[in-house]
Amino acid sequence: MLKLSLASQLIHFGAALLLLTAFAMLTQRRVLSLVNLFAWQGLILSVSTAVVAYSSVQHHLYVSAALSLLLKVILLPLILRRLLKRLNVRWDNETLLSVPTTMLVGIVLVVFAFSLAQPIAELSTSIARSTLGIALAVVMLSFLMMITRRKAVSQVIGFLAMENGLFFAATSATYGMPMVVELGVALDVLVGTLILGVFFFQIREQFDSLDLQHLEQLKED
Amino acid sequence: MSLTPLSIILALVLAWFAVGLLGLIAPRNVAWVGRTLFPLGAAMGLAMAVAAVLAIFGATETRILAIGLPDLPMHLRLDALSAFFLALIGVTTTGISLFAAGYFRGGDGTAPGLMGLQYHVFLASMAMVVLADDAFAFMVAWETMALSSYFLVTTQHRVPEVQSAGFLYLLLAHIGAISLLLCFGVLQGGSWQFTFDAMRAADLAPAWASVAFGLALFGFGAKAGLLPLHVWLPEAHPAAPSPVSALMSGVMLKTAIYGMVRVSFDLLPHTQWRWGVVVMVVGGLTGLFGAVFAAVQSDMKRLLAYSSIENIGLIFSGLGLALLFRGMGMGTLSALALAATLYHCLNHAQFKSLLFLVTGSVMHATGERSLGKLGGLLRHMPWVAGMALIGTLAMAGLPPLNGFVSEWLLLQSYLLTPSLPHTLINMLAPLGVAVFALTTALASYVLVKFFGVIFLGQSREPTAPPARDAGLLERAGLIWLAATSVLLGLLPVLVLRALDRVNLELIGSSLGERAATWWSVMPLSSERASYSPLALGIGILVCVALTFLLVRRLYHGRIRLCTPWGCGYPQWTPRMQDTAEGFGQPIRRVFEPFFEVQRQTPTAFDSAPKYRVVVTDRWWGLIYAPIIRLVQMLSRWVSFLQQGNISLYLLYSFATLLTLLAFVL
Repeated sequence: MLKLSLASQLIHFGAALLLLTAFAMLTQRRVLSLVNLFAWQGLILSVSTAVVAYSSVQHHLYVSAALSLLLKVILLPLILRRLLKRLNVRWDNETLLSVPTTMLVGIVLVVFAFSLAQPIAELSTSIARSTLGIALAVVMLSFLMMITRRKAVSQVIGFLAMENGLFFAATSATYGMPMVVELGVALDVLVGTLILGVFFFQIREQFDSLDLQHLEQLKED
Repeated sequence: MSLTPLSIILALVLAWFAVGLLGLIAPRNVAWVGRTLFPLGAAMGLAMAVAAVLAIFGATETRILAIGLPDLPMHLRLDALSAFFLALIGVTTTGISLFAAGYFRGGDGTAPGLMGLQYHVFLASMAMVVLADDAFAFMVAWETMALSSYFLVTTQHRVPEVQSAGFLYLLLAHIGAISLLLCFGVLQGGSWQFTFDAMRAADLAPAWASVAFGLALFGFGAKAGLLPLHVWLPEAHPAAPSPVSALMSGVMLKTAIYGMVRVSFDLLPHTQWRWGVVVMVVGGLTGLFGAVFAAVQSDMKRLLAYSSIENIGLIFSGLGLALLFRGMGMGTLSALALAATLYHCLNHAQFKSLLFLVTGSVMHATGERSLGKLGGLLRHMPWVAGMALIGTLAMAGLPPLNGFVSEWLLLQSYLLTPSLPHTLINMLAPLGVAVFALTTALASYVLVKFFGVIFLGQSREPTAPPARDAGLLERAGLIWLAATSVLLGLLPVLVLRALDRVNLELIGSSLGERAATWWSVMPLSSERASYSPLALGIGILVCVALTFLLVRRLYHGRIRLCTPWGCGYPQWTPRMQDTAEGFGQPIRRVFEPFFEVQRQTPTAFDSAPKYRVVVTDRWWGLIYAPIIRLVQMLSRWVSFLQQGNISLYLLYSFATLLTLLAFVL
């Protein structure tokens, strides 16, 4: 009983940290720091998945945890950092919308996500079911981050963070998706990042910048 | 599987398809596609005509093919009506395919092999339209026909005018198809069975039957070119290669007539006479409109396109007459009107295809489509000119050629309208007869212009190299169609016997054996009217021969060659001949309110005088332009969504997501 509650406390702690990183990403200007935050988020995700696996004796979740550790903490940040280096945008800053406004919108979103998750969480039997709201909030905050950014790289990070949120929702609500789906999603994310990397080069070649404002020229009048 | 006409015809449809696919082996090889595959296709067309003629006099055949969607097999049916139209398709495509064999050459447009595929798919789909016995099979075949012909129209797809003409055609074809889809939806009458058998059995309330009829008229009218849905015809025909124009005008428009007859006589058993009046009025107006517009055209293919509209109008007015008689319960008269209508379909397929092919030969020889730059081709292209003469005489409705027979029969049935038991119609009927007569007279006028400006006189462009006559295969196609025009005119008994079968099946009464013999045609009784094509033909032949002999034998050698009196003009150039515009000018003046004319006349002091007349269709401004403006306005509103800003797009999806989630909550 004590062990279970300890695990559930750990999971809740992880969820809180996840939400914190999501907010941090929402307000972070530096692209490089965004990548670091993304790596941290991946680590938290991986650890909390492992805790869920341990407490619920779901062995395939260990594989999920290892996979996300490998992919989201090591591989993807590595790729992104190399990309930033080769694109020479490591120290780029981004002009953001006013931080307090973004934060306030984010808080509204979190409230919305919690109220949305409440009836669904009732149905779940997982020990981590109360974290479903946080998972949804992470998805929405990442989406919000994509909306507020101008640079292509940070949008990709927002996209990846959204996937983190979905992954967390899956583990917390139903002890993870089937292994095949999880593998598929992981591969998709990897391939997607690689393809987007190629696009970055194309965009920069075309517009001499990674600022997506330039894409507005493509609009047909 | 025994060797019934239906199985032969299905095998031929498949064979057409196979011939088309074979063209893809060497799509750029003109010798392979043109000289081998197209003649093969022509032979299959002939075989199809023979099988279909056998089928007209045979029993009705049905078959269910297990292709298509699960639980929705294709129902096919070969009865007298579909066999008649299959015969039409077969006979006409024989000539057109022969011509096309010599016509297509390599160029910057679609590769000949690909075009061969589109062409033969087009043929096969037309045959399937006629065979279909359920709404699904019909719509699939109908849309295949529309799409394959769209690709054929846009063969020169790099030319902007061709692109827009193709788009207009596709748009109207689809609007028509939607209407047909709705029509079948009404026709099934709540049984949710989409076979034609179920539709025949469905007992529709009179109001719903009228709705179905109206939708069918709109849908088939859009394909046939009925007013005001005719706008695609004058655009698409000049854009398409000539054999394709011939096929579309000669054969494809007839599938619309087939559909109209099928729906209004077969699927809707209880005819209301009001439908007949509507169809008759619309058809009559379409005919007059087409004839008047044809008279002022100066592009030879546009001229023929408007003339197709005119003929479709005549056919529809005949159809309306047949419906009117049927609705009034006058079986024999209805049979006469329907026979005349279907006969005219067959005839129009022959001479209109022939004339479109002639324009193809002329264009190959001179590279010109504008009547203002042609002229005097009789000397350079005697074969083409001769065949064109037969075609124009047939279309002008002169005996003993085929156009006369059907127009005469149609006029006979018009003249019988006084026997209708309805005073208002009796009063309006003379008006209809007058419109009919005016239309046919104008059509003759148009054809004099067509033949005269192209073939007679002298070449208006002296610099052009002398034109060469058509090649052997092209000539064979022209001769085939000219021969069928003559035969259909001299031996109407063959056609009328076949049409008796159709009438018995659709209306339940026919003209009877006595109406037509080898020697003469008496639609109702010999006291009323009769016509002996063979006697007349022999008479005309004898007269011509005698005149020829007189001139050659008795008068020969007394011809004096000298310069004619020049009316005081010292210099004559070929440009001074009567032009197409000049020839059409009286009509343009008389029918001024029909047109929207922009005229630019030179002043006396112009150093480079120019005369320009642009005649446009009022319907465009009345109906189409407002719709286009509306669509453009709506699109401008929608285009506010497109800002090119990726954040905004993300915001759209985010807002959608939140709304949907809130909705679920």
